[in-house]
Amino acid sequence: MSGNLRHLTEPIVGNNPITMQILGICSALAVTTSLSTALVMCVALTVVLATSNALISAIRHHLPRSIRLILQITIIASLVIVVDQVLQAYAFGMSKRLSVFVGLIITNCIVLGRAEAFAMQNPPWPSFLDGLGNGLGYSAILAAVAATRELLGAGTLLGLTVLPAAGNGGWYRPLDLMLLPSSAFFLLGLIVWAVRSRRPEQIEATEFVLRTGGRREER
Amino acid sequence: MPSIPVPSWWRRFLSLPNESPEKTFGMALLVSAICAVVVSASAVLLKPRQDANLQAENSARMMQMLRGAPGIGQLLQGVGAEALEVSVVDLASGALAPDQDPTAYDARRAAENEQTSIAIPPELDVARLGRRAKFATVYLIRDDERLASVVLPVYGKGYQSVLRGYLALEGDLNTIAALTFYEQKETPGVGTRVTEPKWQALWSGKRVFDAEGDVAIAVAEGAGQGPHRVDGITGATRTSLGVTHLLRYWLGPHGFGPLLVRLRGVS
Repeated sequence: MSGNLRHLTEPIVGNNPITMQILGICSALAVTTSLSTALVMCVALTVVLATSNALISAIRHHLPRSIRLILQITIIASLVIVVDQVLQAYAFGMSKRLSVFVGLIITNCIVLGRAEAFAMQNPPWPSFLDGLGNGLGYSAILAAVAATRELLGAGTLLGLTVLPAAGNGGWYRPLDLMLLPSSAFFLLGLIVWAVRSRRPEQIEATEFVLRTGGRREER
Repeated sequence: MPSIPVPSWWRRFLSLPNESPEKTFGMALLVSAICAVVVSASAVLLKPRQDANLQAENSARMMQMLRGAPGIGQLLQGVGAEALEVSVVDLASGALAPDQDPTAYDARRAAENEQTSIAIPPELDVARLGRRAKFATVYLIRDDERLASVVLPVYGKGYQSVLRGYLALEGDLNTIAALTFYEQKETPGVGTRVTEPKWQALWSGKRVFDAEGDVAIAVAEGAGQGPHRVDGITGATRTSLGVTHLLRYWLGPHGFGPLLVRLRGVS
């Protein structure tokens, strides 16, 4: 079991899907103007990632190679639609704010990336943990970026005023740059820099080569 | 799972080589069928809740707009969004159209479609609309079962654009609670004054019908006198006339007339 838990903890910092694998950047830019939307997005992605990893892993021995990707995407897309429907039913306001980005989880590289790189070669339980871990790794970065953007861009956190904005009689002058997508790039860059200066082994450690064999990737 | 009996055809299917055409087709069919069931089930099961959300959102938006309108805002103080009843009515009979979904019906789009709209007889077409949708979305506000207010969508040609707005009548279906325009492209600074709260405030308290039951409300040329006249906007004669015409049409027998008759009969 402790061996399996490695799959859960490793993607959070060590092999983080955003900072290490540089996947899932699109949504990281789009939904991080406020912390609440980012958190809902994180939950949605984590649920989809963990379930799709487990399901794909469960049928991995019976997936014909020729239509492997199509079936994976079908499963992922169905899960995303279900999550989207649930959000529309139980978190309507939030689903309006997230608009298309929940649907775009289908195209999020992390989901298909983990299905191909991990779930196709591992049993369901480790795959589930790997999905959960990667979801949490994605969530950690998104939460950090979103908290910074919301705090500096609007002076609030989760909608609660932390730095009273000048527009409302406070002293803080919001950094409008933080509300623009480019600021997420800067913040991601700073996070990657911080993580890699603490863990120099991440600096372009391995060239990614596509392999056709059944071996798990080594770092 | 050794205790569950596995049919032999299933075992045979699983043991087929993955690349065989049978297995490829079988897996594709199986995965898509299961996914289809899951997706449709979630869509069907959650639909009522989603519709309720949509309706609540529409009501809330409507409520917010009405609250912002002079006169009717006070009327709505302390009235929750659930007191707002959104209905689609058949304009010809004034009856509710239960087969139309209030959250989905779009009168504006319906007015552009031959099938869902009807031509207005030229002699009745004072607002110069040409066609109108067969149904309209109206809003009823109830205060303890009693009809407190009716909000009707109205539109018509002004000087150079179509004026779109809402007319709120009080429970007597004669006194105007508020008139507000949310969309127009009239002459800036002149015709656009129809959106000014100061001018819109002139409407509340005016009466639509005269003693004979005819639509008497009009924008006056100059200062308005009496219960059926509202001050005209200086320099915007055509816009003012447009407002008179659109109210005359929509409150008349070809507009919301039948609905008002029906509502009066109930209350």
